[in-house]
Amino acid sequence: MSLPLTRKDLMIVNMGPQHPSMHGVLRLIVTLDGEDVIDCEPILGYLHRGMEKIAENRTIIQYLPYVTRWDYLATMFTEAITVNAPEFLENIQIPQRASYIRVIMLELSRIASHLLWLGPFMADLGAQTPFFYIFRERELIYDLFEAATGMRMMHNYFRIGGVAADLPYGWIEKCLDFCDYFLRGVVEYQQLITQNPIFLERVEGVGFISGEEAVNWGLSGPMLRASGIQWDLRKVDPYESYNQFDWKVQWQKEGDSLARYLVRVGEMRESIKIIQQAVEKIPGGPYENLEVRRFKKEKNSEWNDFEYKFLGKKPSPNFELSRQELYVRVEAPKGELGIYLVGDDSLFPWRWKIRPPGFINLQILPQLVKKMKLADIMTILGSIDIIMGEVDR
Amino acid sequence: MIIDRVEVETINSFWKLELLKEVYGLISILPILTLLLGITIEVLVIVWLEREISASIQQRIGPEYAGPLGLLQAIADGTKLLFKEDILPSRGDISLFSIGPSIAVISVLLSFLVIPLGYHFVLADLSIGVFLWIAISSIAPIGLLMAGYSSNNKYSFLGGLRAAAQSISYEIPLTFCVLAISLLSNSLSTVDIVEAQSKYGFFGWNIWRQPIGFLVFLISSLAECERLPFDLPEAEEELVAGYQTEYSGIKYGLFYLVSYLNLLVSSLFVTVLYLGGWNLSIPYISFFDFFQMNKAVGILEMTMGIFITLTKAYLFLFISITIRWTLPRMRMDQLLNLGWKFLLPISLGNLLLTTSFQLVSL
Repeated sequence: MSLPLTRKDLMIVNMGPQHPSMHGVLRLIVTLDGEDVIDCEPILGYLHRGMEKIAENRTIIQYLPYVTRWDYLATMFTEAITVNAPEFLENIQIPQRASYIRVIMLELSRIASHLLWLGPFMADLGAQTPFFYIFRERELIYDLFEAATGMRMMHNYFRIGGVAADLPYGWIEKCLDFCDYFLRGVVEYQQLITQNPIFLERVEGVGFISGEEAVNWGLSGPMLRASGIQWDLRKVDPYESYNQFDWKVQWQKEGDSLARYLVRVGEMRESIKIIQQAVEKIPGGPYENLEVRRFKKEKNSEWNDFEYKFLGKKPSPNFELSRQELYVRVEAPKGELGIYLVGDDSLFPWRWKIRPPGFINLQILPQLVKKMKLADIMTILGSIDIIMGEVDR
Repeated sequence: MIIDRVEVETINSFWKLELLKEVYGLISILPILTLLLGITIEVLVIVWLEREISASIQQRIGPEYAGPLGLLQAIADGTKLLFKEDILPSRGDISLFSIGPSIAVISVLLSFLVIPLGYHFVLADLSIGVFLWIAISSIAPIGLLMAGYSSNNKYSFLGGLRAAAQSISYEIPLTFCVLAISLLSNSLSTVDIVEAQSKYGFFGWNIWRQPIGFLVFLISSLAECERLPFDLPEAEEELVAGYQTEYSGIKYGLFYLVSYLNLLVSSLFVTVLYLGGWNLSIPYISFFDFFQMNKAVGILEMTMGIFITLTKAYLFLFISITIRWTLPRMRMDQLLNLGWKFLLPISLGNLLLTTSFQLVSL
């Protein structure tokens, strides 16, 4: 920390964990010289629940309800990665229809997450009204989720080998309606926000990250793409059926908060494009690979004895994770969400390492806010887009 | 003449009674009390308006249960604040902490002294008029600074400092605009300023003669009121609530009151200085002249004047409320840049232009 020689008495301000703009329970210890930020030290862990350890004594299907509590605004992604890891580990194929349903759900969830980024980001800049506008659209997404999964936020919808339930009758039309409606909504946001001179003054050039820096810090998602690097896991490491759709990676080269805003708004449009294509050509067929339900064929199982496979109609399969390890990743709205999974020939994962995008992206915050103004902390923190649920896990 | 003398004598005889002296003293307070009551009601209306307008901007419903259309919501809030516990910060300076809000309120209330609501319907038509407002409104930031300093809280302290810096930098362009107006009307008295605008109807308003001054005045009065593009002293996302952070109960209510009183004063001054005050500026007066100076007509005209002034003021209020709920907040350095590097030179240029025009026309 380099102190200016003229000033001896710097003010140390503690922001958070209870602070109106700390996006959950992040705590920043900020050293201020008047309005200038000299130093900033983030303190994490107020929402740590031991998510990785919890995974080690549960089967995957038992663990699924927990995962939506990592990033509780992009819930589908946490479920997707949780089922993708064992699927890739055991090389399980999923039906094409299930894959399409997953893509639709993921992209809807991406829009919901970006919307609930946009509102608080604008609120951080002092404009309260967009918060209410984004909820208008987000409600519709959550209504769609509720219709398909039965839950608005904590869906527990993805299963190893498919999804828990097929789309209900009429859902596809509703989804298309939403797409048409939402495209107009995005235009409205653009008109209201993007050209606003005060907004531009607040975000332009604030929190600049060069492309090289972004790579070196391990940033991912919109943070990385706003710095001029066209890295989207849906393109570079395709999963589900993303390679069957026509869409473009959104990126900007400026690397400031405005660029990150533009990338996210652009991504919402691209997500709508993907959803529209997926909904148009969603194939029929099964929505779940039923083979997955029975994996371990034990011959001498006793009737009425306690065994995982007899637990219910859709039981958690006694699905064994073989003694292998792998890293799987999806492109979550905040960046690269990854799981490092180590199996041990048992029902439970031996190790379940989560790579949350928010945690990695947050690391660059102290460097970005130095030599900026006090108000820029909120702009930069908002543009990073963190959810403490996944940062602390 | 005899009757007159008798009357004077009777009045003098009344004067000798101590009791009636007190009554007379009370009567002289009456206009002040009336004005205070009026102001209070207007503040309640503004609070209600702000909540309803912001609700419709944000596609919400807004207050609807307290009274018809939620009209009593502001009273309910005020009553709640009155009965809430008054928490004092244990390490703060208690006396400054208590004086702070009252200084702010009193200074804002004093500026209502010179606002004419109708023709000669003004509490004190002082010859320095507008400058009383300029002078007195500079006292309010001292109250805010006191509040921020005595709270012994870093957010409050920063908020108080911001309030001081902001009001200092925006008072100067504001004063220059007022100076230009007073040059145009050859007087500082608010009544004379309005009178000077009444000559050419709608086009006699100062807004046409001082368009730049009007805009500068609008912006800097918003900054003086600490409303949204400029609400840095209480920026929620940065300083929690600025200088109000440690306040609760009615002391917090006083700050709340100050912000709305400030808004009301500013909008009334915009009306008086630029929008022709109580003049409707549509030739309806000829219609009243028909009846000659009737007493009923006089009262009617008075109420019309008050009504017109308030309508114009609420027009400005509506604009500032809409601005508050649509724009993001500026940053402190941007705010000061706007004040010192943009508004100050422009208002100075405006003043110089006005002066030279006045000199030429002499």
